[in-house]
Amino acid sequence: MAYDIQTWVSVAAFTGGGMAMGFGAIGAAIGEGYTAASANEAIGRNPEQSGDIFKSMLVGQAIAESASIFALVIALMLLFTNFPSHILSVPVLLGAGLCMGLGAIGSGVGSGFPAGAACKGMSRQPAMSNRLTTNMLIGSAVCQTPAIFSLVVSFILLFTDFSANPVSPTWAAILGAGISSGFGAIGSGLGGGLVAQASCEGISRQPLTVTPVTNVMLLGQAVTQTTAIYALLVSFILMFKSFPATDALAPPMALLAAGICMGIGAIGPAVGEGFAGQGAVAWIARNEKHIADLTRSMLVGQAVAESTGIYSLVIALVLIFVV
Amino acid sequence: MIEGADIVKAAAFLGAGISMGVGAIGPGVGEGMAAAKACEAIGKNPKEAGLLTRTMLVGQAVSESTGIYSLVIALLLLFVV
Repeated sequence: MAYDIQTWVSVAAFTGGGMAMGFGAIGAAIGEGYTAASANEAIGRNPEQSGDIFKSMLVGQAIAESASIFALVIALMLLFTNFPSHILSVPVLLGAGLCMGLGAIGSGVGSGFPAGAACKGMSRQPAMSNRLTTNMLIGSAVCQTPAIFSLVVSFILLFTDFSANPVSPTWAAILGAGISSGFGAIGSGLGGGLVAQASCEGISRQPLTVTPVTNVMLLGQAVTQTTAIYALLVSFILMFKSFPATDALAPPMALLAAGICMGIGAIGPAVGEGFAGQGAVAWIARNEKHIADLTRSMLVGQAVAESTGIYSLVIALVLIFVV
Repeated sequence: MIEGADIVKAAAFLGAGISMGVGAIGPGVGEGMAAAKACEAIGKNPKEAGLLTRTMLVGQAVSESTGIYSLVIALLLLFVV
């Protein structure tokens, strides 16, 4: 049997497509399941509101689903597009699939949290239904941004012509870019969801605190998104910087390691910042007078949690630019 | 031509990336939990905000230590070994 380059490109396209949809299905399913569970609990408590709760369950699930739909789009593109028979198409296809698959996990789970809390809130405080829907939509939309970063990186990988670049370090840069944005999106999606959940729960308990709770929710969510942005930055550097050709093994491994370092290193800080934001938002709703103290300790706590994400960024940049 | 020293260097780079990447997960999550509980406690008892912030920071500093170990190991792998 003869294996030409086209064979390997097809192998990479099908493997990448499988990974994109396989990993991409995890998050949305868990998030939507959580939303449905909360909606059932809410309807059980207050059956008269079942219409509103059912509607907001479906809207919330639709948002959580979007991360998975991105993964489906990438998987279908990988399966049915004819990619150039060039050896660099192999890492491009694997990287794009991994990036979108992993990138959909966090956003899917995260978007489920505010939707579930909004359903529970409607059973507790039916008068706040409109406001709860608005908060749920804003919160879930922020949760989707890391999945959109992954989608952007996947598209750039698929539509950029890398064939003029030297094969040796470029394959690792491409794979590293996919891994960085893919893993880097998991934590930010989840963390943003935790903050939004606390805000939906908070305004259903204390309807008068809508404005401060929403403001601090957005602040907390913005901090959780920072590590996904670092991961996106590292991906862009890996994709667009030109690296000199090499026969040695060390330079490509440094680029691959930079992607792994930034991607995995972004998960923990973002989840931790999500916990911190959740605690602060929940208690601002109950004790609005002390919003200044609570916001300050949320930001201080988040800044400390961010530090390990910054270490990862530093090591990734050292791996790309110094060694 | 790939030589032994080259493979060792490649492994050191990969090891540095994995060390810092995976090592960043735990401290990040742990410090976030500490901050969440500090916010909860300040919400319940705002008078003790100063004491609670101090306790939170000390706890986070301890939790940060493993992240710093990862950083040190990554830097050692990059520049010393």
